[in-house]
Amino acid sequence: MIEGALDVLATRYAYALMFVLMGIGMYMMIANENLVKKLIGVNLFQTAIFLFFVAVAYVEGGQAPIVPDDPVPGELAMASPLPHVIVLTAIVVGIALTAVGLALIVRIYAEYGTLREDTLREVRADE
Amino acid sequence: MSSLAELLPALLIAAPILLATVPIVLGLRFDRTGWSVAAITTTALFAATVYLAGAVYETGQVVHVLGNWGAEQGQQGIGIELVADEFSVLIALLVTAVAAGVLAYTRVGGPRGNTFYAGYLLLVGGLLGLSMTGDVFNMFVFLEIVGLATYAMIASGDGPESAVAALKYLILGTVGASMYLIGVGLLFMATGALNIEVLGRVVPEVAAAGGGDLTLLRGAFAFIFVGFALKVAQWPLHTWQPDAYQHAPDGVTPVIAALVSTVSAYALGRIMYNVFGPEFLVATPYLTEIVVTVGAISVLVGSGLAVIQRDVKRMFAYSSVSQFGLVVAAYGLVTQTAFVGAVIHLIGHGVMKAGLFIAAGIVALGYGARTVDEYADLASNRPVVAASTGVLLIALIGIPPSVGFIGKWYIAVGAVEAEVWPVAIVIFLSTMLTLAYAARLLEKMYFTPASVVESPHSSESVAADGGERLELVSIGMLGILVVLTLSAVLLGFAGGAFFEWLEPFTTEVFTE
Repeated sequence: MIEGALDVLATRYAYALMFVLMGIGMYMMIANENLVKKLIGVNLFQTAIFLFFVAVAYVEGGQAPIVPDDPVPGELAMASPLPHVIVLTAIVVGIALTAVGLALIVRIYAEYGTLREDTLREVRADE
Repeated sequence: MSSLAELLPALLIAAPILLATVPIVLGLRFDRTGWSVAAITTTALFAATVYLAGAVYETGQVVHVLGNWGAEQGQQGIGIELVADEFSVLIALLVTAVAAGVLAYTRVGGPRGNTFYAGYLLLVGGLLGLSMTGDVFNMFVFLEIVGLATYAMIASGDGPESAVAALKYLILGTVGASMYLIGVGLLFMATGALNIEVLGRVVPEVAAAGGGDLTLLRGAFAFIFVGFALKVAQWPLHTWQPDAYQHAPDGVTPVIAALVSTVSAYALGRIMYNVFGPEFLVATPYLTEIVVTVGAISVLVGSGLAVIQRDVKRMFAYSSVSQFGLVVAAYGLVTQTAFVGAVIHLIGHGVMKAGLFIAAGIVALGYGARTVDEYADLASNRPVVAASTGVLLIALIGIPPSVGFIGKWYIAVGAVEAEVWPVAIVIFLSTMLTLAYAARLLEKMYFTPASVVESPHSSESVAADGGERLELVSIGMLGILVVLTLSAVLLGFAGGAFFEWLEPFTTEVFTE
């Protein structure tokens, strides 16, 4: 049982790492009162997913998916290119999201003068 | 098939996204070009969608392979595809019609400024992309485009509250889309495909083979369902929606309420029926039970919370939670009738909520009323708005002949066919609860004299600038409200037409 678990950890550590990262990101989103740190949590959560896609693309003994000039038939083991392309797109989407989120946080700070959610809640309750 | 119809799916998505830059560029020189650009674009999009619907009616599916990639090699499903079939064209028609209609409101009442209309066009492009994409990963990208545009539009309100609501939606919406992305990754691991049509063929084979890949498929469904449950605002992940709808500007709420969650719900249906297929849904233990339970609880919680709200927009927002619960529950029934009911309810809910939120906007603009109490004696001051609101509320309850009734009727018949009796009971209970909050508003509008209520908000505005405020309500606003009200009633007679229209799609999905 323990050996089996260790075996999984040894061969699929990327997935284990991904879930640890996702957990940290999720925890930051929920437990942190600071809005900027919440957004960092969102980013961490997304990065974990990028890691997941890169791990999916991995091929044992594979090289970067660029076809050489004189390929030897049957001897080309390559990492799957599709997940990498997907991750590139997803990274761009993530950056746009972070930018919009930070812009919203700037506006909230300008209006309420605080970045902390608990203070924010008190200010809004008073109004 | 004419070549124009084949081009249209790509044009419908590219045109609004590209034209979104025009208001900003022109804005450097001219002050008020945004509205005209948006109005011309959305009207043209509506006309194009009608033409596309005609082509779909004649020839069935219209498929556009971007860059012709893979089509030349004779390998379908390798390139990125845009698919217009009976299901997606219906949603695209709703999107373009409501988007063009709501502009009549924003001309005078809405948030003005060129940047706002740039966001508006971006949102329309994203929604059309989401409804016509034939690729699960592109669905994620369009989901995020729609999300980004929605966050920006919500934050364009005057008050600081709107920024807080938008940030809350941003964090939750991102988590939802990310969950969906994980599901796509698992799906890709299990099948090696991203194209919806290819997935629809491969998934049953993988499911039949069993083993580790079947576990991956089940995990993929779980992640995708949770992701969409967040986007569609299902209990217990609905908390962002009331804040977002309430604090968005009055001109924005009709678009968001009528379209954003609707198109997400459409995407969930597309994934459930075209990717996984009814066979997988029924064969997986507890899957349909969980989907139906989540939907049914959303119905009850949503309408229950709507009953106790004082703010009108917030009340309608909670009502949306309950209506989408009905759609999700119908998806979980896995019968043809219930599926058609879900589609009709999606369309009907879009029309009714757009109308109700426009009415709420007009009342806030011309009367300064935002809470249920302030709606007192609306009927004698603003008869057209009050009558429209009344008719739309009656349609929302589901009294025939209205589109709300047809949707609920088909879902209820589907529940009986599937022998899931609790859903029929839930529909009955939700109708009662909807009656409770609709009747409260109707009673205030028609039977409560205005003088009884002395709320600071309304008295101040009536005293200070009551005369001017009435001027703010334009003929266009009332016109679009009346058109939406009439269509909510007239679509009620179109139940059979919907069934026939969707028949090629449903028979293909359900009789494989």
